Amino acid sequence: MIWKIFLFILLVFVSIAGIVFPIVENPSTWYEFPLIPGLEENAKIIFFHVPTAWLLVIAFLMSTVFSFRYLRNKNLNEDAKAYSAAQLGMVFSILATVTGAVWAKFAWGQFWSWDPRQTSIFAILLIYGALFALRSSIESEDKRATLSAVYSLIAFVTVPFFIFVMPRIMKGLHPGSADDTNAGPVVDFQMNSSMQLIFFLSLIGFTILYLWMWRVGYRSIIIRDKLNKQQIISTASGQGG
Amino acid sequence: MIAKSYALFKKDFSSELRTRYAINSLAMFIIVAISVILFSIGNETINESLTGGLFWVVIFFTAMSGLARAFVSEEERGTTLTLQLIASPSTVFSGKLIFNLILVFCMNFVIAVLYSALFEKFVVQNFTLFFVTFILGNIGLAVASTIIAAIIAKAGAKGTLYPVLSFPILLPLILTCVQLTLFSFDGTSFEEAQFELAIVVGYDVIMLTASYMLFDFIWKD
Repeated sequence: MIWKIFLFILLVFVSIAGIVFPIVENPSTWYEFPLIPGLEENAKIIFFHVPTAWLLVIAFLMSTVFSFRYLRNKNLNEDAKAYSAAQLGMVFSILATVTGAVWAKFAWGQFWSWDPRQTSIFAILLIYGALFALRSSIESEDKRATLSAVYSLIAFVTVPFFIFVMPRIMKGLHPGSADDTNAGPVVDFQMNSSMQLIFFLSLIGFTILYLWMWRVGYRSIIIRDKLNKQQIISTASGQGG
Repeated sequence: MIAKSYALFKKDFSSELRTRYAINSLAMFIIVAISVILFSIGNETINESLTGGLFWVVIFFTAMSGLARAFVSEEERGTTLTLQLIASPSTVFSGKLIFNLILVFCMNFVIAVLYSALFEKFVVQNFTLFFVTFILGNIGLAVASTIIAAIIAKAGAKGTLYPVLSFPILLPLILTCVQLTLFSFDGTSFEEAQFELAIVVGYDVIMLTASYMLFDFIWKD
């Protein structure tokens, strides 16, 4: 219980600090953020957009790992864990896409410009959409778990190609891209210590939130499956007797 | 194993020759798709990059219309269990892969010939580069669509699901192949296109390995 209160306070602090703390040219006190040329006030999105993007990567990885483990030991609990991670991954992908697109409207002038990052997240959304379409089309539990695990592993091996292919084909606009001249590697050099502190606190807070949501998610899936099975057994025996 | 895969391929080939289902539907699909593009263009001349992109659009959708048959036909005829008894999963996969490879090569050859005849800007300057791209792209397309076809067949042969599942998997391959096709139109040298060619080779190898490793799980219920 105590960690939930701690998480609540942490996230409230991060949200308020991220929005309210001013950006000035020469920060003198601890609550002032430095001005990053090319980003200015837009830089504040880093406290909310980057954690969602980070969590979608974590969720994608976790869903792959649990899919792999399901194929190894055929335990349906592993499938519930993978499915719950994929659901959260979809939520965070949508959040990252929407926050990124709104930011892009102000920073680049349009919502969508097929930047490499935008294209990769579009591919990830497509993969999740295909995965959920596949899952909803199969009735049998074991078959659904096996086929979706195989599909997420096949999808996972294509991810490195997006990382290498996209920057070659499209020009990067995103801060931190290889050919980004004005806003360089934001995280490493241009944030001052207080900005970095809030950023990493936000990252930690959102990660704990994700793990909590994931645990609630997969437990509820396992319980729902158990209840469904009990219902089937009781109705079957009721009809028999 | 090679002899058995070849026997499986021959079985598919002779049953295909008897019904000519895949060949007929693929041929008609190619004609329909290209004529739709020609009608929508009208009298205008489209530029090179659009021609190269549309070339791969037609290839993708033609593959999606015909390649799912490989495993779906087994499920429809109820012959899956027999195949599971007489052959190991990797043998079955090899047999189906050979069949799909030949189908993809025939169909893409027809598409390429039709494109060079019908589109003014479909002029290949660096023919070796185009040829290598064509071969490598076809192999990747055949491998990825065969493994997805196996998933689809086990999921109850949902026809609409096939392009949905295949597109994200094929996206890196198609994007790179479009780029390479444009290079071959521009007459870019082989050395300059090395990076993109390496990506396509890597894609083919990784897809082939992953497919052989994961097919066991799909095939054995």
